[in-house]
Amino acid sequence: MSAFLNQFWASTIDGLTQGGIYALVALGYTLVYGVLRLINFAHSEIFMIGTFATVAFITAVGVASPLTGLALLFFLLAAGLVAALASGGAAVLLERIAYRPLRRKGATQLAALISAIGASLFLQQLFSLKYPDAVSTVRVMDKVNLASIGTGVIRADKVLVFVGAVMMMVILDRVVNGTRFGRAIRATAQSPNNATLMGVDIDKVILITFLIGGAMAGIGGMLYVVFFEVTTYFVGFVLGIKAFTAAVLGGIGNLRGALLGGLLLGLIEEYGASIFGSQWKDVIAFSVLVLVLMFRPTGLLGESLGKARA
Amino acid sequence: MNRTFTRGVGAVAAVALLSFGAAACGSDNNDSSSTASVKVGFMGDLTGPNKALGINIRNGAKLAIDQYNATNPKTKITLVEYDSQGDPKQATSLAPKAIEDGIVGLVGPAFSGETADTGAAWQEAGVPFVSASATRVSLSDNSWTTFHRVLADDGFQGPGLANFLVKGASASKIAVVDDASEYGKGLADEAANAIKSGGATVAVRQSVAAEGTTIPNYSSIINTIKGANVDAVLYGGYYAQAGPFAKQLKDGGVTAKFVSGDGSLDPAFVKGAGAAANGSYLSCTCALINAGSTGTAATFYTDYKAAFSADPGTYSPEGFDSATIFINGVKDGKVTRADLLPVVSAASFTGVSKQIAFESNGNIKGGTVLMYKVVDGKITSIGTTDEATS
Amino acid sequence: MSSTKPLRGIKLPWIKTFETLGTRWQRLPTSARWVGYLAMVLLALSLPSIPGLGDIMTPGSSWERVLFYPIGIYILLALGLNVVVGYAGLLDLGFVAFFAIGAYTMAILGTEFGMDFWLVLPIAIAVTMLAGLALGTPTLRLRGDYLAIVTLGFGEIIRVTATNLSFTGGPRGINKIPRPPSVEGVSWLTFSISNVKPYYYLVIFFIVLVIIGLKRLERSRVGRSWAAIREDEDAAELMGVPTLTFKLWAFTVGAAVGGTAGVLYASFQTAIRPTDFPFILSATVLAAVVLGGAGNIPGVILGAFLVGWVPEVSREFSQYRVLVFGAVLVALMIFRPQGLWPSRIRQAELKQGEGGIGQLGGEVGAVVAQAEDNR
Repeated sequence: MSAFLNQFWASTIDGLTQGGIYALVALGYTLVYGVLRLINFAHSEIFMIGTFATVAFITAVGVASPLTGLALLFFLLAAGLVAALASGGAAVLLERIAYRPLRRKGATQLAALISAIGASLFLQQLFSLKYPDAVSTVRVMDKVNLASIGTGVIRADKVLVFVGAVMMMVILDRVVNGTRFGRAIRATAQSPNNATLMGVDIDKVILITFLIGGAMAGIGGMLYVVFFEVTTYFVGFVLGIKAFTAAVLGGIGNLRGALLGGLLLGLIEEYGASIFGSQWKDVIAFSVLVLVLMFRPTGLLGESLGKARA
Repeated sequence: MNRTFTRGVGAVAAVALLSFGAAACGSDNNDSSSTASVKVGFMGDLTGPNKALGINIRNGAKLAIDQYNATNPKTKITLVEYDSQGDPKQATSLAPKAIEDGIVGLVGPAFSGETADTGAAWQEAGVPFVSASATRVSLSDNSWTTFHRVLADDGFQGPGLANFLVKGASASKIAVVDDASEYGKGLADEAANAIKSGGATVAVRQSVAAEGTTIPNYSSIINTIKGANVDAVLYGGYYAQAGPFAKQLKDGGVTAKFVSGDGSLDPAFVKGAGAAANGSYLSCTCALINAGSTGTAATFYTDYKAAFSADPGTYSPEGFDSATIFINGVKDGKVTRADLLPVVSAASFTGVSKQIAFESNGNIKGGTVLMYKVVDGKITSIGTTDEATS
Repeated sequence: MSSTKPLRGIKLPWIKTFETLGTRWQRLPTSARWVGYLAMVLLALSLPSIPGLGDIMTPGSSWERVLFYPIGIYILLALGLNVVVGYAGLLDLGFVAFFAIGAYTMAILGTEFGMDFWLVLPIAIAVTMLAGLALGTPTLRLRGDYLAIVTLGFGEIIRVTATNLSFTGGPRGINKIPRPPSVEGVSWLTFSISNVKPYYYLVIFFIVLVIIGLKRLERSRVGRSWAAIREDEDAAELMGVPTLTFKLWAFTVGAAVGGTAGVLYASFQTAIRPTDFPFILSATVLAAVVLGGAGNIPGVILGAFLVGWVPEVSREFSQYRVLVFGAVLVALMIFRPQGLWPSRIRQAELKQGEGGIGQLGGEVGAVVAQAEDNR
């Protein structure tokens, strides 16, 4: 317990940082589930693809030493764009190949889940062929200490991740709630029949949903690489489950819920680890998943997008 | 229709019963006794998460065997590789195959888990096996007369590390972290116990699990370590995680010395740790041979480099020496398992890595632990754990 | 619901033959069928002993060993998961947890208390069933996908906990687990490191027992309730079927079979560790069930056999093993979701098209199809 108190501020800062990455990936899960009622099992690999796209970009640009100021800003924007395109594109391809044919045939939930698992394994192993070991990158952003609170150090890259996650959620929220296209998404989520009657092109909506969700995961991947400076083909697996936990915790289909859930899960993990020890970190996260689904499956902020379906 | 079916069933049943009878005759024993060539096996991780280590051993052994075969001996040796990916389960299903294939000896298995699980099979089949890297202490407690290893076990490495930390590095508060793997936790436990008996404190003792090549987020353990104000951090685990862990520690503001064991002794550690690599300490009961070595080690270095276009890695010299043990036996005309076993157990020569001689339980005689430091991106030797200072 | 297009699957050439055989089989008098079953069992028992077969089937490893593990154990696991997924229609991604619990029970009771295989077996079954009950009671109310993820989480919790507790041996696991008691002097009942066939005979024994038990269940009230739940849960509930109770039944029966496989596995490997029970094993067993044809016992056995055997025979391509596995799963769901050898009842169910991806996707699919037709 004393460890928990001693480390409180450090745990808080680190929890919010890791939580930011969870939130970005959770946005993708929650969007797709809200519209299609499908757990996109392969979303974790979409994230992984984003990390590798960032690594490739760093190598292509030829970053030799950490960037600062405007150069860093431009770099981050460019890298974010590249990763978002790579992941978004991969998500669209995934939808086309692994999910759309099933939708056409009216396949069962089990079939969709199996297809998703198969796609996830396929993508994972595809990258393991080219990159069997961990791939590390040069430092692109200096880990500058900005301020301290108690034992916690506010570091520039941690701020970046946190702010990045919040920003993305805000942008996405504006898109879904403020634009015409966002209305189309919400309409499809509520009732596809009625949406079609109102002239919504369902196929296009689903495509864009995957694109946006994928792009979010891509940006999460970019931030992950800038922060950790390493990635592997297996990076998505556990992170994916945790991000899904975050989505459920916040309320599936609920964008603000994804952010809240992500940050909250990050905090719970860090606090829990400081009390019970790091070896229990994953168990803590999975237990949150089990407990939330058992006692409050609609999540903290409740379901959104399409509202709960039976 | 009915009759055809019944006849079909009858035929199937007949085949079944006949084969059952054939089974009762038992399988025949396979022992390679042709004098033109014999098979020596290698078992280890060649394509899995820690393949660098397996490949190093295989290359060392291959070099020795190729050199021997090039002398046009009466009996050549064929190296048969069994890729277990370091997974004990795969090892247990490969072992019977190797035994069936008629290997007269085995270089390996590489890792402790696979050795533990296949040892009984080799023992039963009478296959002498020499591991170049399995360091779990309990492996020599099984009364396996066929078991040998050419490097000192964690019972030496753990205390050796502790000795270096407490005496050489003058650390009084130490954080011990492992990767929740058999090897990592085993080494960390040995070291932690020795640290305590050496009079220092283990201020933090936790595991952070890592699946294969995944790099965990070490933030919580790092915060705990920071709060405990330690002088050194000891990590039990492999190079894939050790590097990033060292990096995250440094970025997190931990100035304590970073120390790890032979699983981290690889250039990949230096790469993964980035700026945090320099000043890290790595131990091994193995010998690292590089460009600066002299004597037989230098010849080994040049030959290895020529054969594989790469520097010898961790355990390559041990792999070479393990193969040499079998080569010496075959040279002497011992080409069956039963003939080779006593010769292997009685081996006594100066190998490339160290003096080779075995105790009765298969452990190598003598238990020096060597200490290495990363200086300017290169892993350099700083003496034994008794002599080295930080 | 009937507005969805009929199920299009690739017509596999041998299915027609199987179906004709199947019809003829059903029409045979019971006595003839029992002779047939006996012949099949005898054939199965003789598989490891047929000379030369091993070199064809598994040139890179030991055929006898592979027949027990992974093939035999996968068949047993797939039969167990089949009850959960195939009979009751529940999505379970954490079946490996029951396998692990069974194995660890054997390991702990065998090494700490020196208990015999046959004494541990009923205890392990009881423990696994309790675990199934404990996991199922709060979660079986959840809708499909959620249940899948919760069970996945549970499987991981079990594995990580086993790694962290010293009671389960930590990452090193437990070794020197006792083998089943051998019968003196009878070579085919002597369990040892080199004599693997007795284990195979033992697993066949359990497979036969489980099949008999499952067939009984299928035809009983429990089985009919499962069919009702599977086809339309809401309708079943309305008709008075206590769906939760029967779902729990499916869960616990499946768990019991999984636990049995675990006990066998532990007494065979004589050393187990947490890394023996990863998520990929749950996915593999699920793939076996779905590949063969969920709900159909011969199909499930075929699926498990293929999933266990193909990686062994393609060892040179082991790098691509999981890659191909993943691609096959996707292709299977697109082109032949009913599996290689579906039962005709299930075929009929699938033709009706009970809703698409999740519960919504099917409607979406139907709507899109209609919209396309109208364009």
